[in-house]
Amino acid sequence: MATADAGFGLPRWAVNGLLPLVNLVAAFAVSGIVILILGESPVEAVVALVRGAFGFREAWGYTLYYATNFIFTALAFSIAAHCGLFNIGGEGQGYIGGLGVGLACLYLDVLPFFLLVPVAIVGGALFGAAWAWVPAYLQARRGSHVVITTIMFNFIAATVMVYLLVNVLIEPGQMSPQSRDFAEHARLPAMHDMMGWLGIDFPRTPLNAAFIWALACAGLVWVYVWHTRWGYELRTVGANPDAAVYAGISPARNIVRAMVISGALAGMMGLNEVMGVNQRLLLNFTAGYGFVGIAVSLMGRNHPVGILVASLLFGALYQGGAELAFEMPRVSRELVVVIQGLVIMFVGALEFLFLPAFRPWLQKRRQAASAAAAAAEQE
Amino acid sequence: MKRILFAAGMALLLVAAVGAEEIKPAVVFDMGGKFDKSFNEGIYNGVEKFRMETGIEYGEFEVTNEAQREQALRNFARRGYNPIIAVGFGQAPALDKVAAEFPDTSFSIIDMVVDQPNVQSIVFKEHEGSFLVGMIAALASETGKVGFVGGMDIPLIRRFACGYEQGVMFVNSDAQVYQNMTGTTPAAWNDPVKGAELAKSQFDRGADIVFAAAGGTGLGVLQAAADGGKLSIGVDSNQNYLHPGSVLTSMLKRVDVAAYDVFKTAMDDTWEAGIKDLGLAEDGVGWALDENNDSLITDEMAARVEAARAAIVAGEMSVHDYMASNSCAY
Repeated sequence: MATADAGFGLPRWAVNGLLPLVNLVAAFAVSGIVILILGESPVEAVVALVRGAFGFREAWGYTLYYATNFIFTALAFSIAAHCGLFNIGGEGQGYIGGLGVGLACLYLDVLPFFLLVPVAIVGGALFGAAWAWVPAYLQARRGSHVVITTIMFNFIAATVMVYLLVNVLIEPGQMSPQSRDFAEHARLPAMHDMMGWLGIDFPRTPLNAAFIWALACAGLVWVYVWHTRWGYELRTVGANPDAAVYAGISPARNIVRAMVISGALAGMMGLNEVMGVNQRLLLNFTAGYGFVGIAVSLMGRNHPVGILVASLLFGALYQGGAELAFEMPRVSRELVVVIQGLVIMFVGALEFLFLPAFRPWLQKRRQAASAAAAAAEQE
Repeated sequence: MKRILFAAGMALLLVAAVGAEEIKPAVVFDMGGKFDKSFNEGIYNGVEKFRMETGIEYGEFEVTNEAQREQALRNFARRGYNPIIAVGFGQAPALDKVAAEFPDTSFSIIDMVVDQPNVQSIVFKEHEGSFLVGMIAALASETGKVGFVGGMDIPLIRRFACGYEQGVMFVNSDAQVYQNMTGTTPAAWNDPVKGAELAKSQFDRGADIVFAAAGGTGLGVLQAAADGGKLSIGVDSNQNYLHPGSVLTSMLKRVDVAAYDVFKTAMDDTWEAGIKDLGLAEDGVGWALDENNDSLITDEMAARVEAARAAIVAGEMSVHDYMASNSCAY
């Protein structure tokens, strides 16, 4: 992992576990001060937030639903990051991916359910990948920086969606620009339905089968990046493009490959929102998940396991934050965004803020350990 | 005798206790947020008035994404809140589901009809109010040309436009009405710069009065009229005070009264499900006359408008509703 090297020779558990945890605590401490200024009890707020995110089964449903979006967009970001690319276009790729899913559900719903699901997945992946391919090609062959082009492609995606929904896909007689509802069989089964088949009672939540697909995608990304030749090439280009050329690896080809996979994964966020939750095409279903995915991926150290954990945390922040606004009238939705922003700032931007405080202690620990090992060898 | 009196007293006490039973109302604002200077804020003012008068606190939530609409409604219902107001047509699909799950909870939705036995759908006859301000515009116009700036291009706003046009034509059948919509997405509700540009272009074409039915965008329209020495007409709440002497009148849509009434009727146990279609007769819509615009409205104008109002209320005259036929052919 590229970012783990920035740990200054500290053990992995400290860089990947201890530091994020300390940062998280710091973010909550600052949030607590803000809540205190508003005249509410920070302890009660934290209790309400945690209870709201994990305290009952419906809370779990919503937390995991948000997490599903973050898993997809964070995986998308991470795979590009391993190739040294900063794909900031997950939002647009997810938006267009959702369009692909929606078109499949609207116009190919003559297919039976078990065929339609793979078709919709492929549709979302293709559309998302195509949206990422253009910036990828421009980066690989023309040297246009992918950060700039993917940002611009987010705006183009938003405009394209507005045009299509307002002029082409809108259901006649509708107030807001949205398509007709998908047919019954053109929807992903919700978790409460699936649990019902197993005889388990689960409350109605937006959580659906896309969550299982997200976990599968995390596994696939792990296999691809660390256990295939393509993944090796991709990481080589990310670590050092010059060395990659020397080793006979084409950076251009790998940049395109990484971005296309990244776009396809971002498109899966559209699968969750369009086919799983809303069951129709509508505007702005991406709601910023593509951008938050960047923070989630950075926090998860661009590793699928870390991304799963970080997605759960952000899902909990989203759901717990909504419950917090519910429980405490003085905590507005803006304050919930402030808390989320503080977490992103501490965990993402100020990653190594507390490193100097821990380094002497960790180094001493390591020295003591190696001294003990040496002593054991001598005996 | 004593016993009877005692029994009667107890019965009275019981009745009083039941009557004073506190309600636990809640409101779910839409994405605009409760301080949008327009539609949501109107609701907020209504429920705040209720809180001030009765001291009864209400639950509130501002949704930030699609999934939260259903979640917020269900959360309030499960926690025993009753009645619950859903603000805006965007909440209709969510309310349709949640209302079916909680048949004992009373829901009210504003600006949309949801067909459930425990839902009160509150809609307004915007065309009637727009008709009256259209008349005022035509009576005040010197050029015989008036403008209309809409927010998002949806049937609801075309209903405003169509009523306005009918009102103008009713007074002066030679008049010209310029119509522009700000956009086709929800962003069109909050684009005062574009609103001002549209108003200016209508002034350039000869219009001297412009009616804004565009939420936050309308503030730009009113500003442009004030800057250019022209007249404007506000919408939803009384906006006459924003630019005294330049805002000719405001088309009132009393969402605040509607929201207040939902809580009030629930408290008095007179809340009823079904469609409440509020027009001129119910004072759900109207036009604003206060100290900020009484110099602009002559007695003759007021008399003609009030006569038309009385005729509509009495059913002698009707204003064509765009949404009844999806066209403005009258």
